[in-house]
Amino acid sequence: MTWHDGWWAYAFIAIAGWLATDIWRWLGVIAGNRLRDDSEALNWVRAVATALVAAVIAKLILYPTGVLEHSPLWLRLGAVAIGAAAFFLLGRKPAIGIVTTIATLAAGLWWLGF
Amino acid sequence: MNSEENDQSSVVWFLTGMRGLFSLPAFILMLSFVGFCSLTAQAGIPPQQVVFMTGMVWALPAKVILVSSMMSGASLAAAFLAVSLSSVRLMPMVAALIPELRTSKTPTWLLLFLSHFVAITAWVFAMEKVQAVPRDKRVAFFAGFGITLVVANMVLVAIVYHFVADFPPVVAGCLFFLTPIYFLASIWHSARHPVVYIALLFGLLAGPLFYWLAPEFDILLAGVGGGTLAWAVERLWRGRREIGA
Repeated sequence: MTWHDGWWAYAFIAIAGWLATDIWRWLGVIAGNRLRDDSEALNWVRAVATALVAAVIAKLILYPTGVLEHSPLWLRLGAVAIGAAAFFLLGRKPAIGIVTTIATLAAGLWWLGF
Repeated sequence: MNSEENDQSSVVWFLTGMRGLFSLPAFILMLSFVGFCSLTAQAGIPPQQVVFMTGMVWALPAKVILVSSMMSGASLAAAFLAVSLSSVRLMPMVAALIPELRTSKTPTWLLLFLSHFVAITAWVFAMEKVQAVPRDKRVAFFAGFGITLVVANMVLVAIVYHFVADFPPVVAGCLFFLTPIYFLASIWHSARHPVVYIALLFGLLAGPLFYWLAPEFDILLAGVGGGTLAWAVERLWRGRREIGA
């Protein structure tokens, strides 16, 4: 039996997808319910949560999938660096950083003949 | 304020949360879902299953891992393990958000239900916006935003699936890159605690380091290791400043 046979696909998604993610959300509720919002423990949880998301960000930039897998690393890092410079120099507005980065990447991909 | 007025104002805050659908983060997430559609269409997963997955799993990185497990013919146990490991980060994210949302009267079952709608975008959005919402209305505000965002993306996936087959490569590449760049810009922008800047920086460096050292557990190790170090550094720095002041 493979994953694309009718009901089994849905059972597969429910167990390996839904249960595997919601377990952690429920544990987070239980843990979060015990944290005071000015405690040092919450400060640590906040740092770990931020670092986890940052690690996901770094992986998406350094090891992308799909079209970007074949793009040069210098282009991706360069686009992020130019976007970051625009973000810090022009009033720290997220939209400015995002648009600058994506425009740089698009220009680079086009120039490289993607 | 009597209880009827209080109920009405909860509805107003729920609707305010719903309006979050027309915000930059929601727009970027929807573009990321267009990118996810093109991934699943190329993988040959039927649209009904993609819609089901969007509602049930919600977190985009977990879905990408689930799809790649399905494509490689992984067993149920192997897929469960891979998705679980990638989703451990949801626990500290939810744990950090809950003290911002709840009051002493918020029932735990409601928080358990609402936790389903937490993924990176909703987390970043909620951590930033709830500060401006009265504390007893934050649950209504988050419910309005979180539920609307999930339902809107289920509808989006059902419609867009049929049109994504042949995106030009430059467009597909830019869609993919939007997600990490948005996370980066908005975490920096919304940070209200100094520890967040340090943790962001350490996580960015620790991610590739642990990918190189221990690729199966990289995100987890980078989060716990980088986060703990960031917390310790910020604490030391805070202690010094207090002594100096």
